[in-house]
Amino acid sequence: MAVKNFVVGLFDDEAVLFPAVKKVRTAGYKLHDVYTPFPVHGLDHAMGLRESSLHTAGFIYGITGTTTALSFMSWVFNVDWPLNIGGKPHFPLPAFIPITFELTVLFAAVGMVMTFCWLCQIMPGVKKHIFHPRQTDDKFVMVIELTEKTNAEEVKSFLQAAGAHDINEQQAEAGWWFGRFDKDDEPYLRKVKPVNA
Amino acid sequence: MHLKYESTLREPLVDGVKDYHQVTEDIISPIEAKPGKLWYVGFFISLALLGFGAFSVFWQIYFGVGVWNLNKTIGWGWDITNFVWWVGIGHAGTLISAILLLFRQGWRTGVNRAAEAMTIFAVMCAGQFPIIHMGRVWMAFFILPYPNTRGPVWVNFNSPLLWDVFAISTYFTVSLLFWYSGLIPDFATIRDRAKTKLRKHLYGIASFGWTGSTKHWQRHEALSLVLAGLSTPLVLSVHTIVSFDFATSVIPGWHTTIFPPYFVAGAIFSGFAMVNTLLIITRKILKLEEYITIGHMEAMNKVIVLTGSVVGCAYLTELFMAWYGANPYEFDTFFKYRAAGPLGWSYWIMMTCNVITPQVFWFRKMRRNVMVTFVMSIIVNIGMWFERFVIICTSLYRDYLPSSWSYYRPSWPEVGFYMGTFGLFFTCFFLFAKYFPVIAVAEIKSVLKTSGENFKEKMEVYEEESAEKFAHDVAHAH
Repeated sequence: MAVKNFVVGLFDDEAVLFPAVKKVRTAGYKLHDVYTPFPVHGLDHAMGLRESSLHTAGFIYGITGTTTALSFMSWVFNVDWPLNIGGKPHFPLPAFIPITFELTVLFAAVGMVMTFCWLCQIMPGVKKHIFHPRQTDDKFVMVIELTEKTNAEEVKSFLQAAGAHDINEQQAEAGWWFGRFDKDDEPYLRKVKPVNA
Repeated sequence: MHLKYESTLREPLVDGVKDYHQVTEDIISPIEAKPGKLWYVGFFISLALLGFGAFSVFWQIYFGVGVWNLNKTIGWGWDITNFVWWVGIGHAGTLISAILLLFRQGWRTGVNRAAEAMTIFAVMCAGQFPIIHMGRVWMAFFILPYPNTRGPVWVNFNSPLLWDVFAISTYFTVSLLFWYSGLIPDFATIRDRAKTKLRKHLYGIASFGWTGSTKHWQRHEALSLVLAGLSTPLVLSVHTIVSFDFATSVIPGWHTTIFPPYFVAGAIFSGFAMVNTLLIITRKILKLEEYITIGHMEAMNKVIVLTGSVVGCAYLTELFMAWYGANPYEFDTFFKYRAAGPLGWSYWIMMTCNVITPQVFWFRKMRRNVMVTFVMSIIVNIGMWFERFVIICTSLYRDYLPSSWSYYRPSWPEVGFYMGTFGLFFTCFFLFAKYFPVIAVAEIKSVLKTSGENFKEKMEVYEEESAEKFAHDVAHAH
């Protein structure tokens, strides 16, 4: 990612936030993101985000688990070491169901959580720019990216009119880096010249 | 204004006048303050118990499994009783977090975090018993199907004991993932308001760099929903498989098809009782009465009286089948050695605690009484412990050969081991209550405007209007 310039505005109420999102989109500004302290239902649609495909990934992981369990147990009992256990069949499908089920769930859950972390680019030690410390508390923080075509002052007054407060301009790394939250250590901020400075 | 709002007839889930910031303050500030005296007292008692448990386990490993009072007739005693009991307790946490999420039960938001923590700690305690019971615990890895140099000789995939290995380990992993994925945003909340450097750093690591981006929340919601969908059959499968440990054998009193539903109902029954025990203390000490309300306790007491009655029906069905099935061994097990005989007292403790006393919860006054709920939650757990004891020991101590009939009482390392798991459980719970948000902050915020007391009062205007007008107004709001 890169260092970019942003205009940041705070909203107190979802009822004000939703129309503001609509206005920003129709005005054609580049909406970087809206940070919220909890999942606000419908905000993803209002922002025009597409549905998450995490479910599909989960299904694929699940059937991988099913296949792994069934094929591994059958291979062990029929090919690798066919053992006579009390005269029971070598392919006792009903007896395989519990482990098959457990592995399906395990693969799906572990795979999905890892995919979730990968997609959101989160893991221990990862740091990202926090636009406002209360974006995880009670404020809805709207961040608009400044491009060559946008005028910062114009965006500010636009946000003001849309009901935002504490509007400010920030230069920040848009991606993630390895860092500590108790230190101001945005690394690229010091080394790289901002793209649109 | 949302199209969906909750009827004012429903009790608010959050009492008092709250806004989003107040919710954060109420739940996070105990983490930032020094713990009280009671916390230290409780924590050190738990640590002492844990220490005694570790010593008992050391004793057993050093001298061998013979220091336990198990014998050739009674091969499973307190250890497996405690294992089933702890696993059962864990089930309520998953039920609250997963099944109630799918059923869209709003009240779960107040209690799910603590209940899931309870699940994880309870499964940790449970897992120890079968492992230590093996005797040579350093061989415990033999239960895993790994490529070895002895053939390789694989584990027996037909055995319910092996199914248990897979079930319990999967259950633990999935519960942990579910719990932690819910904790990430709340850790970020603690991080962003932290005043000290150390707290900011540590919660920064724990929060994985969460920012609260809308896209991330969308994925988070999708993840929670699918994990809930996966955990729901999982939780039912786990105790079903635990019951298979018994049901697939040919011991009278174990060999019954009723076991899976009966065990699952019993697990939920005891688990909800444990949630009540823990939350009544937690809400008092951390002053969270406005979030874990009497309404929450009433909802759980309703589940307790339902599952308690299911369990009671199962007991009666077993007795009926023992008579109707016309198997003399089964008849004797139930009517001569379980309901009567030297261990008969345990059967009647079980009956009293699980079937008779929970009936007080048919009365609304009793369901909403904190003291009654607390006492009942302990009685239920005593009863459910005895249920497992009765199933295991009273089926074993009178077997097919009268010359091997035996009696069983635990030795001190068995009791010490059990006490040690209490130590482990409560040590973990005390640390959790101090360092983790005991209530899901983000989830409370997302139900606050539909179910908070001060927001519900504003809804009375809309209750007066017709549904069509309300829907029309919402559609044309912006």
